[in-house]
Amino acid sequence: MHELYKLASGIFVWIAILGFAAGMIGRLAHLALTARKKDPVVYQYFSLYYALRSMLHWIIPFASTGMRAHPVITIAAFVFHICLIVTPLFAAAHVILVMESWNVAWWHLPDPAADVMTVLVILGCLFFLIRRIAQEHVRYLSTAGDFVLIALVAAPFVTGFWTYHQWYGYETAGILHMLSGELMLLCLPFTRLFHMALWPFTRGYAGSEFGSLRHARDW
Amino acid sequence: MNQNNQKDTANNKNGIYDVGIDKGASRLTPEKIRKVFDALVETEGGARLRAYTNACVHCGLCSDACHHFLSKDNDPRLSPAGKVKQTISRILNKKAKLDVDFVKQACETVFTECNLCRRCVIYCPFGIDVAYLMLFVRRGCHQLGVVPQYIQDTAHSHASTFNQMWVRDDEWIDTLQWQEEEARDEIPDLRIPIDKKGADIFYSLIGPEPKFRAQLIYQMAVIFHMAGADWTLPSAPGWDNSDMCMFTGDMEMTARLKKIHFEAAMDLKAKRIVMGECGHAFRSVYDVGNRTLGWKMPPLPMVHAIEFYAEIFREKRIEILEKFDRPVTLHDPCNIVRGRGLGDEARYVINETCSTFIELEPNREHNFCCGAGGGVINCGPPFKNKRVESNRVKADQLAAARDKGAEVLIAPCHNCHGGLEDVIHHYELGLELKFLGDIIYECMKKE
Ligand code: HEM
Ligand code: HEM
Ligand code: SF4
Ligand code: SF4
Ligand code: SF4
Repeated sequence: MHELYKLASGIFVWIAILGFAAGMIGRLAHLALTARKKDPVVYQYFSLYYALRSMLHWIIPFASTGMRAHPVITIAAFVFHICLIVTPLFAAAHVILVMESWNVAWWHLPDPAADVMTVLVILGCLFFLIRRIAQEHVRYLSTAGDFVLIALVAAPFVTGFWTYHQWYGYETAGILHMLSGELMLLCLPFTRLFHMALWPFTRGYAGSEFGSLRHARDW
Repeated sequence: MNQNNQKDTANNKNGIYDVGIDKGASRLTPEKIRKVFDALVETEGGARLRAYTNACVHCGLCSDACHHFLSKDNDPRLSPAGKVKQTISRILNKKAKLDVDFVKQACETVFTECNLCRRCVIYCPFGIDVAYLMLFVRRGCHQLGVVPQYIQDTAHSHASTFNQMWVRDDEWIDTLQWQEEEARDEIPDLRIPIDKKGADIFYSLIGPEPKFRAQLIYQMAVIFHMAGADWTLPSAPGWDNSDMCMFTGDMEMTARLKKIHFEAAMDLKAKRIVMGECGHAFRSVYDVGNRTLGWKMPPLPMVHAIEFYAEIFREKRIEILEKFDRPVTLHDPCNIVRGRGLGDEARYVINETCSTFIELEPNREHNFCCGAGGGVINCGPPFKNKRVESNRVKADQLAAARDKGAEVLIAPCHNCHGGLEDVIHHYELGLELKFLGDIIYECMKKE
């Protein structure tokens, strides 16, 4: 147990962070090079102005027709994603851990806020899971990987919550938390979670093509 | 999930027989199919293919953007991502077996269940271009020789005559002269100038006009004449600006077609191209043509008829005697509204020519496709019922405008006319269909 704790809080952290960084950079660079070779139009039509115009309409809640057509999903998706990204970056425990190890620190969330946000992420995972099963057209699109992905994202939040509240077996939960957090980080560039990195490019390119070539709106 | 799998097979091919698909596919083996698709992915599948297929989170937010999905009671197989799942996803999965049945089904899906209208692109949070993915599969089908017969015949016509309708060179010139003669009964000094060097306008149109609707050439000649335009048409191939080859995946042929069209205009040293009221032809020249030939933008200025109409009204070069007085509504053709943002220009022209205008809901970029586009109508009679049934939402949308009083439906696109005519007829909507040119011609001062 202690061995595992040492691994999870030591070398695995590095593997996760480096794997994450290398994966992100590597895959995006590969994509950029492939585009140079096989899709030169992407560079020709890419326009920063129109890319940003499109991205703004899709990152401000309800600024696109599609979001207005699906209000419940829009709210769920925004709450889910904001909490998902903000909580781990600003959870007090994480900030303190980083400060202790590397002597850098930043603002952290008050514990009750982090707690609520963690619950929101978990509820978000449940929402997406239920939607995936209950809605026929989403179920049809689903692969086993989609379910694994939701579990992968939920795991660090469930175990982090568990550890924080020091419930039964929280020491084990703490180790599971670190392991699942590291696993998720490592999976980000290599699974569908990579959508996070692709979004600015697919959205930006759609915005550019629609804006500069087709003189039309894409939201 | 069992239920889904069942659906996968039960609905296969809808029992429709098409020689191009069935005969074409029967000559193939799974090894051959795999080889051709793998080679295609290797050579032409680049960053967009990867980014689109990897970014899709299977959220289904694109589903209700697609008229096929909506019209067929939310059939999950027909959502944009559903069509991706059945086709390109399997192709990219190296372990999946691609047998003859797969090719038949995939071919029917990409050719007749997607109009390449790009409505889903503006509903997907990632802006995933499903039309691009469907076209990618069509390209593979073309390379395998599995293409619906009717549209392939059109592509053959393009390949041998450079026009879509097997119009012979002498028939083309005869038609122009015949229309000139007819028009001269009405306006004695009217000309249809052929091969005039250095004209301001090179006018190009689509194959079906000389073949079936020559009076549209007459009408346009009157509009040009009254607007005092300096225009011409070429006697040699290059006059047809349409292109079915870009829809069958035959991009080599597309390049030849677009090249001869641009060259015809440049040989005549025309200052710009004005295209007739067709949406897909406009897409083929403006968006697809330049790309395929390796230019970022077309090599000379070019406008759709709507832009030309708007221009002559702004410059007061044409006079309306009395506005068209029956209430009209407008179908925004995907290829010039999502494809070129001409929604405002179309409304401006309607305002100048019609007294009552009723909007369709949704409209502009959000309008539903007519169901004919992307070569679907060109797949011919075998798929006609299916096509019309797959556009019930269009009928509902039109019926709502009719109930508000609309009597005439304006569609500034030939292809849309084909699709809308079938929808109007099948759902007994009782709307009359017109081009913008019809209305202008009817209401303008002609002497
Ligand atoms: C890289 C290794 C990680 C380590 C070493 C780590 C460590 C910790 C520790 C020690 C706590 C505090 C528990 C307590 O208060 O007793 C915690 C809380 C938390 N962690 Fe992590 N964590 C890691 C990765 C992640 C990741 C990747 C995520 C999410 C994406 C995450 C989400 C959370 C959340 C949401 C909480 C707070 C729970 C609450 O306040 O209710 N952690 N983490
Ligand atoms: C900042 C960049 C990100 C963007 C723009 C983004 C965008 C999206 C979008 C548009 C969806 C579909 C929304 C929906 O179903 O309503 C989605 C779903 C999802 N995202 Fe993200 N995302 C980002 C980052 C992340 C990250 C970092 C993670 C996980 C660590 C993540 C995990 C998920 C999950 C689990 C889903 C649900 C998929 C489902 O329906 O099952 N996202 N994301
Ligand atoms: S909306 Fe976009 S990401 Fe979602 S399923 Fe459709 S194509 Fe995929
Ligand atoms: S391009 Fe049009 S027809 Fe094709 S899937 Fe998208 S919405 Fe449907
Ligand atoms: S035929 Fe008309 S409505 Fe249909 S895809 Fe083409 S432009 Fe769109």
